[in-house]
Amino acid sequence: MLKKKPFPIVRTLSAWGVALLLFFPLLWLGLTAFKTEGQAIASQLFFTPTLASFVEVQERSDYLLFARNSLITSLGSTIIGLLIAVPAAYSMAFFPTKKTRDILMWMLSTKMMPAVGALVPVYVMAQTVGMLDSLAALVIVFTLSNLPIMVWMLYSAFKEVPKDILEAVRLDGATVWEEFRWVILPLTMGGIASTGLLCLVLSWNEAFWALNLTSAKAGTLASLIASYSSPEGLFWAKLSAASLMAIAPIIVFGWFSQKQLVQGLTFGAVK
Amino acid sequence: MSFLQLRGVEKIFGDHKVIKGVNLEIEKNEFIVFVGPSGCGKSTLLRMIAGLESIDGGSVHVDGRDITHLPSSQRELAMVFQSYALYPHMTVYDNMSFALKLAKVSPAEIKKKVEDAADKLNLTPYLKRTPKELSGGQRQRVAIGRAIVRAPKIFLFDEPLSNLDAALRGQTRVEIHKLHRALGVTTIYVTHDQVEAMTLADRVVVLRDGTVEQVGAPLALYDKPANQFVAQFIGMPSMNIVRAAQLSQFGALAGSSASRVPADGLIGVRPEGVRVLPLGGAGVPGKVELIEALGADTLIHVDVMGTSMISRTAERTHLHIGDPVTLEFDLNTLHCFDKAGRMVSLA
Repeated sequence: MLKKKPFPIVRTLSAWGVALLLFFPLLWLGLTAFKTEGQAIASQLFFTPTLASFVEVQERSDYLLFARNSLITSLGSTIIGLLIAVPAAYSMAFFPTKKTRDILMWMLSTKMMPAVGALVPVYVMAQTVGMLDSLAALVIVFTLSNLPIMVWMLYSAFKEVPKDILEAVRLDGATVWEEFRWVILPLTMGGIASTGLLCLVLSWNEAFWALNLTSAKAGTLASLIASYSSPEGLFWAKLSAASLMAIAPIIVFGWFSQKQLVQGLTFGAVK
Repeated sequence: MSFLQLRGVEKIFGDHKVIKGVNLEIEKNEFIVFVGPSGCGKSTLLRMIAGLESIDGGSVHVDGRDITHLPSSQRELAMVFQSYALYPHMTVYDNMSFALKLAKVSPAEIKKKVEDAADKLNLTPYLKRTPKELSGGQRQRVAIGRAIVRAPKIFLFDEPLSNLDAALRGQTRVEIHKLHRALGVTTIYVTHDQVEAMTLADRVVVLRDGTVEQVGAPLALYDKPANQFVAQFIGMPSMNIVRAAQLSQFGALAGSSASRVPADGLIGVRPEGVRVLPLGGAGVPGKVELIEALGADTLIHVDVMGTSMISRTAERTHLHIGDPVTLEFDLNTLHCFDKAGRMVSLA
């Protein structure tokens, strides 16, 4: 039985208050995107919505090109990342050695360095092999920067499979592949799916490498937003429209997959 | 040649030898029970036979084939786990047919075998359910069903009943017994429950500290334990043991055997060989310490000059705690051990 908490009304109101406070910038962004530039500067609360800014954004900079780039780089890095991280986590979870914990820690430690620390070497490497402003370069960098967290998430998902079940599979005569395909994969599908979803979201939102390694050709939606902020800082309506168009797909996606995402992030946290 | 042979089997964890050179011969269709206190290595030995633990010394042969270093998947054995270890994402039918599917048995034959097994185990109404929709006893039966559909060379049971409540445990024990009689497959069964050991086994293997203490039919172990450990481990409540040096205080007991017992040895008598009589007579005097009335049996704990002796009787008692009594011993059921605990023949 849950204990009845005191002051239910106060608690409800403050929860709504905090939620609205957090949501407010996004709401304002959404409203501004449907205003004219004049209304945007005037900070009017009531106005007649217009799609003018969206039309202008699509005309001036090819929204669909950036969206396509975002889609390719996030999907690409997620798929390649899973292909590498699943076998890595599998071997560490089921065939651990004395150094397995150390390797996991080392992988995680690479996430502790700020990305800008590796900017110059990565930029020079990309330049040397002629991969600046290419989707391939972004896919590689996104994959590598997401790998540690993917391996960690998958590792804890695989660790949840009871040892007895694995032993039962072996006694049933399964090969390593059959064991993975028919038992481990179905039992850890939730963990694998949430790892993929998180990787997709992280790649979609990635801005640092997208800004520094690309320009017109391979830019993602993150660089589209950025292009509206610096030289033309005062065009609030267009900036908002571009931002809304950039984040809308991932918000819709996140809405539908939120259950999976939360499950994946708290995996192994509560026994 | 025996069906299953263990020759000098050893297991080492770190620098600790947990199985110390076990030799064992098991015949086809035998029901063998490994029994012993926690940490004696009985489960480890079973897992070594299953291939779930590596064998660090010696060899294991099944049906003339050396399986010492064969992976579990190629040993053609089936195991029932304490936790059942059912595949949670599969239905009962899929759980039971999984091994056959891996072995590429034709679907028609799989269907027949699974339905046969389900029928034997009263699982037919549950074939479409998943394990979490079953009770503990039903899950246990699915685990057994999963093992029998494969017609393995040997059944391995690792404490299969310890997660069931007492009533269900007794019932499932009987079912396992009947199943073994019907199928006649060689079975190795690990338990710490000596009732299971006594009722199920053709032969019991008593293990302690990684070594075999004694192998024999249940009643042979009860009547002729090879040493003090087996004598006290088998039998509930356990055998009363008295140091021979105290014999002078045990008139009747001393009279019968003093000449044949080593001076520093031990004398053992089962609780049913101890009779509690009213004070007076030729027996050993003592005082009632505790009375456990179990219904069919009554256990009377009697303090004899600092040593507690237990008597088991089928009669109800009118005695009370603190009553002075006299103990009489059945001289035909005395056991005698030397200083190291090995049996000394009284015959």
